[in-house]
Amino acid sequence: MLKQYQVNNGFDEMLDPKAGVRSHYDKFHQLFNGLTPAEFEAKRQAVDMAFLRQGVTFNVYGDAAGAEKVFPFDLLPRIIPAKEWEHLERGLTQRITALNLFLHDIYHEQKILKDGVIPEFYVLSARHFRREFVNFNVPKDIYIHICGTDLIRDKDGNYLVLEDNGRCPSGVSYVLENRRALKRAFPNMFERIGVRPVDNYPQELLKTLKHISPAGVADPTVVVLTPGAYNSAYFEHTYLARQMGIEIVEGRDLFVRDSRVFMRTTKGPQPVHVIYRRLDDDFIDPTVFRRDSMLGVPGLVQAYRSGNVSLANSIGTGIADDKVMYYFVPRMIKYYLDQEPILPNVETYLASEEKDKKYILENLPKLVVKAANESGGYGMLMGPKASKEEIDKFRELIIAEPRNYIAQPMINLSQHPTYCGNEFDGRHVDLRPFILSGERTTIIPGGLTRVALRKGSLVVNSSQGGGSKDTWVLYGDE
Amino acid sequence: MLSRVAHSLYWMARYIERAENIARIVDVNLQLLLDIRHLDEKGLVAHWLPIVQATGDEAEFLKLHPHATGHAVTEFLVFQTENPNSIVSSICSARENARMVRDQITLELWEELNRLYWFVKTPTARQVWKDSPSDFFQQIKAGSLHIIGLTDATLIHNEGWWFAQVGKFLERADKTSRILDLRYKSLPEKGLPESITQTDALEWSAILRSCSAWDAYKSIYGGDIHPRTVAEFLLLSEDFPRSVEFCVVELNRALRYISGVAEGKFTNDAEKLAGRLVAELQFGTIDEIFEAGLHDYLDLVQLKLNNIGAAMFNTYIFQPFNPLEQEIMVQQEEQQQQKNTQ
Repeated sequence: MLKQYQVNNGFDEMLDPKAGVRSHYDKFHQLFNGLTPAEFEAKRQAVDMAFLRQGVTFNVYGDAAGAEKVFPFDLLPRIIPAKEWEHLERGLTQRITALNLFLHDIYHEQKILKDGVIPEFYVLSARHFRREFVNFNVPKDIYIHICGTDLIRDKDGNYLVLEDNGRCPSGVSYVLENRRALKRAFPNMFERIGVRPVDNYPQELLKTLKHISPAGVADPTVVVLTPGAYNSAYFEHTYLARQMGIEIVEGRDLFVRDSRVFMRTTKGPQPVHVIYRRLDDDFIDPTVFRRDSMLGVPGLVQAYRSGNVSLANSIGTGIADDKVMYYFVPRMIKYYLDQEPILPNVETYLASEEKDKKYILENLPKLVVKAANESGGYGMLMGPKASKEEIDKFRELIIAEPRNYIAQPMINLSQHPTYCGNEFDGRHVDLRPFILSGERTTIIPGGLTRVALRKGSLVVNSSQGGGSKDTWVLYGDE
Repeated sequence: MLSRVAHSLYWMARYIERAENIARIVDVNLQLLLDIRHLDEKGLVAHWLPIVQATGDEAEFLKLHPHATGHAVTEFLVFQTENPNSIVSSICSARENARMVRDQITLELWEELNRLYWFVKTPTARQVWKDSPSDFFQQIKAGSLHIIGLTDATLIHNEGWWFAQVGKFLERADKTSRILDLRYKSLPEKGLPESITQTDALEWSAILRSCSAWDAYKSIYGGDIHPRTVAEFLLLSEDFPRSVEFCVVELNRALRYISGVAEGKFTNDAEKLAGRLVAELQFGTIDEIFEAGLHDYLDLVQLKLNNIGAAMFNTYIFQPFNPLEQEIMVQQEEQQQQKNTQ
């Protein structure tokens, strides 16, 4: 089946242009080649049907008619050998540790600013910096409990960090569902190849959430707070709630009295202690943040401040998502941990630094420009693929508001064999591991591999024509 | 259990029951037309309009269709999404409610509901309908019954399940009473008709078939079709799972499982009203009902069922919400006080 497959450009996950199939893909390659095209097609259709029937879907904003789409799933797994994964695990743990220390610092003494490591201006001007929470002690000093960090590989196969998602990262339900689908499609491969399981994620997540229960609560009531059934990640919210065996609530199910949170049940009000909220800061409490928010719970922030309820993630973590702050993460690692970053950043230029701005404006057709606070592939310029009008538009945007933009060289992302109609062809992939910070840091082996299904495209977001793959972390190296 | 969740389970079950009932009504009446010869246009309207009336959406229908032709009625009851109670709308609403409580229902149930949803949402559905309406209805009925069965056989029978039971039996009782009312124009206002024509007999047997009651009826009353026995069976049978009495008894039982209050007592309006209706049905006789007029009696039953639904909502689902602005004010007052005392 994969005999025709060739490397077309850049780093290929499966093939080494000189040595052939990489050793950690060997067994899979052999077993997979044993399939006939008809067998493969049957498996592919069965998996697609199963996803649709189970309603493993996401919503696309601005698509009114039948807004649900099945997240396209590619049957060929991305495989990571044990040694490589250990390296990633160490790098991600180092990074989340530094980020949590950074958040604690800027919401308390602000030593890193006073020592001049990060210019004060950048933090105080960050859209998601919450002045209201300066000197507030979050439970157990953990700010980011659930983090999704996007990794890519350059042309030599080095892993680089593309961005940190420290607010409400999504996608973990696809990791679990993709695994279920592949286990059904290739039941005998798993044992023979030795793939590390991922299905304890919900238990680990619940443990992480219970770890921050308010003082004196022995058996906390934990809930998932969702924006509602029309949110693009609603499937994931219900999925996680079900897997953890806890209630999924909407803002209107909760209310606050005497700084305590209750949910409305058929037996009257019941207290709530820990909220895994999948709602951004802005919407969480109309008495504090956006006053027009219909999704939040009036008084929730006060209850949180009083220590009667804990939130994951904490309020104010969005500053770690800020793409300008990303630029400084290697400095944070150095400053707080006195270590060199294990996983480097992509080379980044800040538009608000005069020298960098000059470079960016002179080289726009070569660069990728990103707005500091957008995600999901929105608010982005891919210089080499953009029209002259788009480039001119971004030039104006950058000049008008330099603080809000960064630029990076175009990284070609690694590619992975992917089923494309009737052949296997290389498509670009990234990787989003999910990191939990509770009593200790745990990372689900692998994470979500997203794949840009359009030929040559580098945009992997589901809202922009991306799909996903199962990610296998091996027990060994081949 | 969250009130919102209870509410969604209630509506999920109710909409599925509704879809199945409407499928049966339209199916049976399409087949019935094959048996009635020489029906002029007026006769056709007289045949179809009561069916729209039975679903309680006459005003909505007349807005969309000036004439009650067979085509207009079936379109309205089966596909039209402007009709919130059409088969397609009901299945969409059932799924929408299930989606809200995806964590509370089983994979099997969700998959089947999803399958039915995708069936009615794709062009295949219309093609099946064009080729053979009865195959189409068969699919809707089979899908709905499968879902009802899965609700019984795979869901844990906890509080939420009992809310689903309340929804199912309220809807079923309501629909049976409405189907029974289909041919009230052929009855005298009070009392029993003096004679039954052959067409009448066909139409009353269609009523039985619309309630899946044909076989059960025959086993008790034999082949004789008379409005008196048909009504007795569909209203007062203790054992037939679609009779109004059976449904109300089950509804009452479900309400008591939810609250834990014994039969014969009540702690809220829903229990009080359900208990009363049970007693009326258990101690009523069909001759008294006909003496007072079947149509008026059924109207009253429907009103009482609505009141039970409303009372249940007020007891379990509706916990007074403050409007957002008011809630914000309450919070600000509380927070202000705390700041002063700190």
